[in-house]
This record gives sequence, C-alpha cells and structure tokens, in this order.
Amino acid sequence: MIAGTCLAASGTTPRNKPQGVIVEIGGIPILLRSGDAKFRAMLEQRYAGFLNPSAQPASEFTVYLNPPRTKMPDEDAQVFRNDSVWHIERGDFRAEWDTEAGRGYVRQSANPYAIDTVLRITHSLVLAGKSGFLLHAASAVRDGRAFLFAGASGAGKTTIARLAPEDAKVLTDEVSYVRRQKDGYFAFGTPFAGELAKVGENMRAPIAALYLLAKGPRNRIEPVARSEAARALLSNILFFAEDPEFVEWVFQSACEFVGLVPVYRLTFSPNARVWEMIG
Amino acid sequence: MTSKRYARSPQVAARRLGDEIMIMSAPDSTLFTLNEVAALIWEASDGSLALNEIVERDICPAYDVPADLALQDAELLAEELVAHGILLRCEEPVREALEPK
Repeated sequence: MIAGTCLAASGTTPRNKPQGVIVEIGGIPILLRSGDAKFRAMLEQRYAGFLNPSAQPASEFTVYLNPPRTKMPDEDAQVFRNDSVWHIERGDFRAEWDTEAGRGYVRQSANPYAIDTVLRITHSLVLAGKSGFLLHAASAVRDGRAFLFAGASGAGKTTIARLAPEDAKVLTDEVSYVRRQKDGYFAFGTPFAGELAKVGENMRAPIAALYLLAKGPRNRIEPVARSEAARALLSNILFFAEDPEFVEWVFQSACEFVGLVPVYRLTFSPNARVWEMIG
Repeated sequence: MTSKRYARSPQVAARRLGDEIMIMSAPDSTLFTLNEVAALIWEASDGSLALNEIVERDICPAYDVPADLALQDAELLAEELVAHGILLRCEEPVREALEPK
C-alpha cells in the first residue's frame, strides 16, 4: 500500500496532509502536495495559468523533498506497473502512483524537473486510457483551429512557435497535449515548455492538421500517406511504458488519429512566411 | 505442399490502414508495416488454416500467381514474422478459430 508507506515515512496523518496546488492540464486536475512552502511557491510560479484551486483533483501526489544531488541524471525514466500501482523512477526521483486510489508520492530534491517529468508521465498514462497522447510537437491555435508541428529535437518545433504570427496562440513549443473528445481530436495548451521557455496558452481547440517538420531551402507542404503518418506519429508520441495494454491503447489511438486528422510534411526555412501556408 | 500453420501473436497490436496493416510489438514497441499481400496472410493466420490453404484461397485467385511460387514467398514471409515474434507457428490446428463463439 503506497499510501501507508508515504504516511509512515512523513509522519503525517490523513487529517494533517500537507497543503498543495492543483495543476489542471488538458482538463485533468492533479493535486500536488508538499509541506515545503518554497516548493509550493515554485509550483505556483511554474504552472501559473494552469492552476485551478477549485477543481476536484483526479489524482494527487504528495512530494517529499530529499537533499539535492550534485549531478543531474540524464537517463530516461523507468516506468512499470504492478497491479494498479505505476512505478516511475529516474536517478533524481522515485514516484509511485496508485491509479485505483487516485494518489501517489514523489521523492525528489527541490528541483522543478523531477515533478515536471512525473506530471508528463502521469498525463501520458491517463491519456492513453482516454484515446489521447502527449506528442513531441509544438502546437498553436489560429482562427479557432489547432495545428500541430511534430518532430524530434532540432526539427524546428521551437522555431515554428517563435515565428507564429500575432493572431496565433501558442499552446506549447515542446509537448502537445492531444485528447479525443466526442467531436474529434483536440489540442490543449500545456505548461511543458521547450527552448522557448514560455508556458503555453491554457486553451483547447479542434485539431485541423498535423505537420511533420523538416528543414529545407523552400517552404513546401506535401500530404503524407496514412501508414507513414502513423509511423511518424508513433515515433513522436511520448512513450514511457512497455506495458502491453498501454502499448495497445497508444497504438490504436495513433492509428485512429491519422484516420481523422490530415497529416502533412512541412518543409520550411526559418522565416515567418511559412505561416502564410498554415490555416 | 506444406501444412504449416501460423497464428497471430497476442503480444502485438495491429490495425489496417488502407491496403496495409501496421503492427506494433508490445514487448519492444517495434513497428512493422505489412503490404497488401502480407496483410492478407496475416489476417488469415488464425491457426486453423494451413499456409498452403490460405495461399490457394486468398492469394492465387486475387493475384493470378502460381500456387507453388506464392507459397514459397508466403513461407518466407511467415517465418520472418515468426522470427520477429508477431506470428506464432502452430503444431496443431487451432480448433477454437473454426468454431463460432
């Protein structure tokens, strides 16, 4: 029982839980508790625009702070499941999340990166069961429609977000939040920023197109066949777990997505004129 | 004629996209794309029919190809998919596949 472990380790009781902040991303509120006022203040600053104190949390994490490490690890997080409990581990943190109880804990130092990773992974796991996913993509809303720009590091996600015209609302330059709703796929803003270091707009819009980014001498848009689109999409989905059920969900979501949303290859040179082709 | 039988592995996720089938292996998230002909063989491989029966029923009439040649290619494909763990070789016919649930 992870809750029992948390409570015993912290000396708190259910009546004396640490205060927390509710971070709502993609319509899914998660309560982050911490007994450390400075850490809570950091959370409020980092996730400003995505705080919703009146929301009913879908899940909650209690964060226990350890002394900082001298070196930040750069390895990938390990994510695995035992029954209803997901275990999320990296050199700089360890977390457990019981999906049935709707709560978990994180042991980490007071840096923002560990809790940010836990949030990304938690949302990716939640979304998988809701026909959604997190995607390595910039996204922006123009005229009420969302456009996604996917690619690996260096493909131009931050560049395309930086070049966005004034009438476009940037949802993220790094990790796009894609969720299936009854009337199609929607993109949501996220606080998960890349090089732009700017929190996205907290809004949602139906996805009009997904562009696979490539750099080139001339701006060009070409349609992409569905199987190639599905392969490219899957290669850009944040995929943390090797759990067979999770893999099945994400795979089916990606295939469904490319059946509903047009996918193009966008070759562009880094100037604002590329946006004349978008929308 | 061969009487080898094959069945789709339960450890994969698969979906038809147009003429092709995409398959993802759950243990290592490897992606495979099967072309039109390979997709027919994959879909028919439920452990009940022998590969030569699948070839004679689904491949030869559709593509006007000699049975022995089509079977050679089908066997190569099936064994490659077995090597990747996305098809399983069956020693005996899988009766459940023939019986309505």
